[in-house]
Amino acid sequence: MTAMTDDSIPATSRAVHDEMIAFGVMTAMLAIVPLTGIYPFFVMQALCFALLACAFNLLIGYGGLLSFGHAMFLGTAGYVTAHALKVWGLSPELGILAGAAAAAALGVITGLVAIRRQGIYFAMITLALSQLLYFIYLQAPFTHGEDGIQGIPQGRLFGVFDLSKPTVLYYVVLAGFLGGFLLIYRTINSPFGEVLKSIRENEPRAVSLGYKTDQYKLLAYILSGTLAGLAGSLKVFVAQNASLTDVEVAMSGQIVLMTLVGGLGTVFGPVVGAFIIVAMQQYLSGLGQWVTVIQGAVFVVCVLTFRRGIIGEIAHFFRRSL
Amino acid sequence: MKHTISALLLGTALTLASASLASADDKNVKIGALSDQSGLYADLGGPGSTLAAQMAIEDSGLKAKGWTIDLISGDHQNKPDIGTTIARQWFDVDKVDVVVDVPNSGVALAVNNVVKEKNGVYINSGAATSDLTNAQCSPNTVHWTYDTYMLAHTTGQALVKAGGDTWFFLTADYAFGAALERDTTAVITANGGKVVGGVKHPLNTSDFSSFLLQAQSSKAKIIGLANAGGDTTNSIKQAAEFGIVKGGQKLAALLLFLTDVKAIGLETAQGLNFTETFYWDMNDQTRAFSKRFSEKMKNGAMPTMVQAGVYSGLLHYFKALDALGSNPHDGVKVVAKMKSIPTDDPLFGKGEVQANGRVTHNAYLFEVKKPSESKGPWDFYKLVGTVSGDQAFTPLAQSTCPLLKK
Amino acid sequence: MQALYAQLLVGLINGSFYALLSLGLAVIFGMLNIINFAHGALYMMGAFVAYFLLNLGGINYWWALLIAPVIVGIFGMILERTMLQWLAGLDHLYGLLLTFGLALIIQGVFQNYFGSSGLPYSIPDVLKGGMNLGFMYLPIYRAWVVIFSLIVCIGTWYLIERTRLGAYLRAATENPTLVRAFGINVPRMITLTYGLGVGLAALAGVLSAPINQVRPLMGENVIIVVFAVVVIGGMGSIMGSIITGFALGVIEGLTKYFYPEASNTVVFVLMVLVLLVKPTGLTGRAA
Repeated sequence: MTAMTDDSIPATSRAVHDEMIAFGVMTAMLAIVPLTGIYPFFVMQALCFALLACAFNLLIGYGGLLSFGHAMFLGTAGYVTAHALKVWGLSPELGILAGAAAAAALGVITGLVAIRRQGIYFAMITLALSQLLYFIYLQAPFTHGEDGIQGIPQGRLFGVFDLSKPTVLYYVVLAGFLGGFLLIYRTINSPFGEVLKSIRENEPRAVSLGYKTDQYKLLAYILSGTLAGLAGSLKVFVAQNASLTDVEVAMSGQIVLMTLVGGLGTVFGPVVGAFIIVAMQQYLSGLGQWVTVIQGAVFVVCVLTFRRGIIGEIAHFFRRSL
Repeated sequence: MKHTISALLLGTALTLASASLASADDKNVKIGALSDQSGLYADLGGPGSTLAAQMAIEDSGLKAKGWTIDLISGDHQNKPDIGTTIARQWFDVDKVDVVVDVPNSGVALAVNNVVKEKNGVYINSGAATSDLTNAQCSPNTVHWTYDTYMLAHTTGQALVKAGGDTWFFLTADYAFGAALERDTTAVITANGGKVVGGVKHPLNTSDFSSFLLQAQSSKAKIIGLANAGGDTTNSIKQAAEFGIVKGGQKLAALLLFLTDVKAIGLETAQGLNFTETFYWDMNDQTRAFSKRFSEKMKNGAMPTMVQAGVYSGLLHYFKALDALGSNPHDGVKVVAKMKSIPTDDPLFGKGEVQANGRVTHNAYLFEVKKPSESKGPWDFYKLVGTVSGDQAFTPLAQSTCPLLKK
Repeated sequence: MQALYAQLLVGLINGSFYALLSLGLAVIFGMLNIINFAHGALYMMGAFVAYFLLNLGGINYWWALLIAPVIVGIFGMILERTMLQWLAGLDHLYGLLLTFGLALIIQGVFQNYFGSSGLPYSIPDVLKGGMNLGFMYLPIYRAWVVIFSLIVCIGTWYLIERTRLGAYLRAATENPTLVRAFGINVPRMITLTYGLGVGLAALAGVLSAPINQVRPLMGENVIIVVFAVVVIGGMGSIMGSIITGFALGVIEGLTKYFYPEASNTVVFVLMVLVLLVKPTGLTGRAA
């Protein structure tokens, strides 16, 4: 049985060196966006999805757990942040904190149920859990059902940064993305990450070595959920609304697709994948429902011929780690 | 040095001059038709709404007066995110002046905020939420065609007066369904009727048999369907299967469109009561418009009330622009002008744009014909009652719109 | 009390669809180790094929019950031959992802051509009307759905558990190499199994066409509920998936009566409870 990621390249100091260069290039490119005249809202949205895909990738790429319900973290954090800002009148930083905390709590609860099974079952259970949550949010009064939470005040971050200015908001979102990204990067290269990888490769062996694998998996799941929640909280400031779209199964599918296109288990793949899928949605939106068909086709092509994803293929070609 | 300064000054003067020139007789308008182009609402809005907008441009007569009018369309896919992104981009990059249609309450409210922020004009025809002219009203927004208050009010009042004084509700379990049920209940009790029971069903239910059994055993004269889309069509279809209409109970759909009736078929839908504000076969003018419309539609479909609302809303917008003489590119100003002119158009008749942005016009209670009574492929309705605009829509005194409290 | 009988019966009708669908999933999973995410889309195709047969070919409901599953089954076998078989030996999750992509494509294409509001398909004349059972008015068509799906479910169970063909099938699941050594064409068997599972989904689609509108998204939500049904039942046994399907339909029906607000979440809540008590599902063996 082939695992879902390509690990033929060992993590050496050269790999770390490559990744650092790639990180520098990515940060520099993202930092100059507001100067280039590229439409900033598009990039901000893509950044939120990129963080989301990275969080998802932490679970599948390094823990071997495919969550088909990651939208539940995005949506939950989004609703909580939106509610905190609009109804409780909290400041942006507290709103983000509340959103991420809610996602973490959701991670604990659903994690305890979901990690009892692996593989396909794990995917189906997370899917069912997110659908359960979807129905709850549909009926709960505070989400305003189909109308969603609208007209959310953006406010001033730490009382200083005026988030209603697109450029300021852009750098705040970028900072949030980079912070989450580095945290994930640090995690996968830590002893914790190594144990996680060993569980993915051979769980019985890890158990026999004395690791409590369930605890590791649960922790990875919670971390992944929390960071996905951070993406959801940031997205609220960009979109200024929180709606059911973010909790739908289709959204969970898109998260999987982004990561798959970019490369499962690669450091930068999810970022590239997120930008591609968001751009695709943006520029092909005139095609209506054909976008769904194209996304489905991308899924099929990726699974059949392109399982390493874009970054995975590049890394494989150059025998580098990215 | 001196040279450069004078050149700069000259340049500035020229720019100022051209800017003031532009505002004096700028006769360029850009319209964005934002709709669901392929999903749940595509048949009632979608490409048909874009066509209606195109027809409004042709019929306005503004082109002959030297105006340049462009039309672009977008697909919000029923996602508030995508809707706001498109709307923002339209204002920022494409310099759109007015956004029309926008079905789906969630997207409609989200876009409402963007239009306000960008000071554009928003003529909504497709969304049901009465929040657009109440709590979330905006000086940039005009809401045409229908809303939940009107639907509940007209259907409830007309049916109780016709003797349907006991009701049982089948309500979709979310904000929209609850609002419809609440508003209708208020009207029923105010008119001396009684609600004998109700059941909340989950959104997107495929099987209504449990709920229909309860409705059947309630013995209520009217079964009110406070739901929408697939839920409404499925409950109507299955009600026929359980012999509910044959057993003497009447179905009242609180939100139903021409295209839904087409999808259900007359055999199943016959006898159904519901409210709309436009039907193609009302008079010579509506028939003439609908014939032209239908000839240009891919499947020969007649216009829905939403599409008709896009047409009439834009006609009124053009009237306001014509009265202003040029396009000020200032949403609040244009909408204020729209409010100052009474509405009068071939499809919705006379009415007005109220201070909260609500457009009032006649509302009609229809009953679906029996298959034997139908003379053509789109001959579906017979008129049961008419409610005038000031009766059908939220009275201004009850509106919670903050604009009214100046 | 009378109302309760009625709700039990109505629940059984819904259970028939769950049973047919989860049975198809179980058959496919048993042989291919793939969770067929396209199952809901193929269920929808079954309904559409019945619609086309009637409106384009004048072929009635009874023939559609036979022809639609065959057509969709053949379509499924083509999918298996051209795509799914290349995933043999890879992580099972790739099968899930591939079939998810297929579901998006199928549903998207149908949405493009037929919109979302749906098409009418009427009940065949013989099955119109209903009978008064005293405690409820039972439409004849609904009674037919329950009886017919019970027959199909038991037939499928018999085919797999009690016939020679079924024995080969089960053997091929346990040890494909050995079965191949006996001269049996295992790949063809896999293809036929996928066709059978897909055909069951299409059959459920035809059965539901007269009850629901024939809509491109009619399978979208059903499939997730059926997944939960499968998790609850465990995928170990054919009979297990049939019984779980019917049982959950009845439980859902009762919820609709006692606490309708929870009727769309009850299956998921049950799934959580079962997982906490017995992670392998009610009839499942350890993975």
